[in-house]
Amino acid sequence: MAGIEVTALHKRYPDGTVAVEHVDLSIADGELFVMLGPSGCGKTTTLRAIAGLERQTTGDIRIGPTLVNDLPPAERDIAMVFQFYALYPHLRTRDNLAFPLRAEGLPKAEVRDRVEEAARLMRLEPLLNRRPRQLSGGEQQRVALARALVRRPRAFLMDEPLTNLDAELRADMRTEIKHLQGQLGTTMVYVTHDQVEAMSLGHRIAILNKGRVEQIGTPLEVYNRPASLFCAAFIGSPPMNLIEVEVADGELRGQGGLALTPPPGLPRDRRLVAGVRPEALEVAEPGAERSVPARVVSAEWLGDEVIYVVDHGGQRDVRVRMPSTVRFDADAKVGLRHTGVAPAVYDVSTEELVA
Amino acid sequence: MAVSVNEAVSAGPVPDHAPPARRRGFRGRSVLEVALLTALAVVMLFPVLWMIETSIKENRDVYAVPAKFFDFKVTLDHYRDVFVSSGGGGRSTLSVAFLNSVLVAGVSTVLATLLGVPAAWAYSRFSVKAKKDQLFFILSTRFMPPVVVVIPIFLMYRQVGLIDHPLGLILIYTAFNVPFTIWMMKGFVDEVPAEYEDAAMLDGYTRLQAFRKFTLPLLVPGIAATAVFALIFSWNEFVFAIFLTSSDNVRTAPPAIAGLIGGTTVDWGLVAASSVVFALPVLIFAYLVRKHLVAGVTLGAVRR
Repeated sequence: MAGIEVTALHKRYPDGTVAVEHVDLSIADGELFVMLGPSGCGKTTTLRAIAGLERQTTGDIRIGPTLVNDLPPAERDIAMVFQFYALYPHLRTRDNLAFPLRAEGLPKAEVRDRVEEAARLMRLEPLLNRRPRQLSGGEQQRVALARALVRRPRAFLMDEPLTNLDAELRADMRTEIKHLQGQLGTTMVYVTHDQVEAMSLGHRIAILNKGRVEQIGTPLEVYNRPASLFCAAFIGSPPMNLIEVEVADGELRGQGGLALTPPPGLPRDRRLVAGVRPEALEVAEPGAERSVPARVVSAEWLGDEVIYVVDHGGQRDVRVRMPSTVRFDADAKVGLRHTGVAPAVYDVSTEELVA
Repeated sequence: MAVSVNEAVSAGPVPDHAPPARRRGFRGRSVLEVALLTALAVVMLFPVLWMIETSIKENRDVYAVPAKFFDFKVTLDHYRDVFVSSGGGGRSTLSVAFLNSVLVAGVSTVLATLLGVPAAWAYSRFSVKAKKDQLFFILSTRFMPPVVVVIPIFLMYRQVGLIDHPLGLILIYTAFNVPFTIWMMKGFVDEVPAEYEDAAMLDGYTRLQAFRKFTLPLLVPGIAATAVFALIFSWNEFVFAIFLTSSDNVRTAPPAIAGLIGGTTVDWGLVAASSVVFALPVLIFAYLVRKHLVAGVTLGAVRR
């Protein structure tokens, strides 16, 4: 087991496209580290560079104490799970699992023991004699995971391993992967574009955009205080409301007069935007205390909660998350108020968090 | 294509419970289909039948007026003449030409495959500078009919002494087949997920080993389909063969057969027999790899 250190990684392809601009990561030993970002943000390229499947243009990668820049994938002692599973189609499950061990040249008895152990861990015993074609997507992914852990590598690399599964199975596998990682204590780098996956799995999350790291933090840090407007818009469903605000008389006021709790240390003379989570707003009866007059544009009833889209005279409609016990119809006249703690505030020009 | 074949087959037995209107429609269509297919089959197959018939007729019957369809005496003399020299024993010039054809077509197909498949793999897997331009350039060599360059090639070959040498034909056929092989094989390689190679590399193989052990076996249907097309091209090629060879012991079969026509008398029986012999190898080869051929040609239609 080992931590992974990525320093000033830059990857430019021969055809001129830059996949990774500049990435620094410091992944601790035993950590489940998630790289999250939209497609084309460089997360997969970074992962493949760690695996050794891509050679970075500049920058260093260390796995444990070893500088692995010039090591081929096989000598980095890592295992990778792919989106398309990449099980060898002509081999039975048993042989797929044994394959990396035989490639290492381990004695037969040891290969058998390790395959059985991995099969037990992933509950694959009944499937050992089937070929990949005869397995469902979820089963194939469990075989792929077992094949990764049979090697007892220093680190696991996961490249969107759950993307091809249906929603229910995905949730199950998520739990399974988290449990497995906790049990084995092996460093895991997990790439996904699914924020729910990132939030539920990661000890820490790195949000990547356009080949750069926008923010690294625990799921709660990332959710509560996104480091940039990009992160603010990316994390959370529905995403944060971005409300243009002004500082006046020690108060933070958005358009339409909406009053927000001001955070300390606000800079002056800059155009600011506040990121307000939908659950930090409240739809109330018109004229309620501290509220501004507003109108319900639409309401999405999700069963356990309601998402209101509310027009309060600002440039953009805001989204408000309310318990489903409170009911307002579309077009109803209501009051809108801020109930949460001080919101994150961003500078419009730099798009970075200022307070 | 596969769909229309299925429809043609299923149009035969009509289920009884089908509504009458639809049944009549089906039957009408199937009658029309059968009629059209029959007409097409006759037009396409008659020359072949006539060639086979001529090859087993005695010369008298070949020239008979009105033509004899059935009541002629079967003889295999023409086939003997294809292989055995008429001067009494020894190989005939035609059989030498056939051996030359086998050599030239076989070697050029193998060369084109050996060069084209790895190139296609590289173009599919690696990020190459100006990849699209390179691929376009490779394809552009097929834009013109090959015959356009026959004179420059002739002059070049004369300089380097490749005229009337099997190597000359092998090189030119390989040159024409490599672009085709690269383009066709690139499609097949694209279909094989790169993750197999990635996984194998993480499991301890080098990139080339990963290609050989995992990607290559999955490419066999594609390689078979591509090789058949390359082989057919080299086997049938006529223009370069007639320009670049002159002596009987280098000449390939197409110009040799064509050479049979043009004397004072034409031995049509021999022409027909040698044509049958010439057509057989490709037919047999295509038949042997038919499974791969169908899988290869329809591979792109299958969702991975």
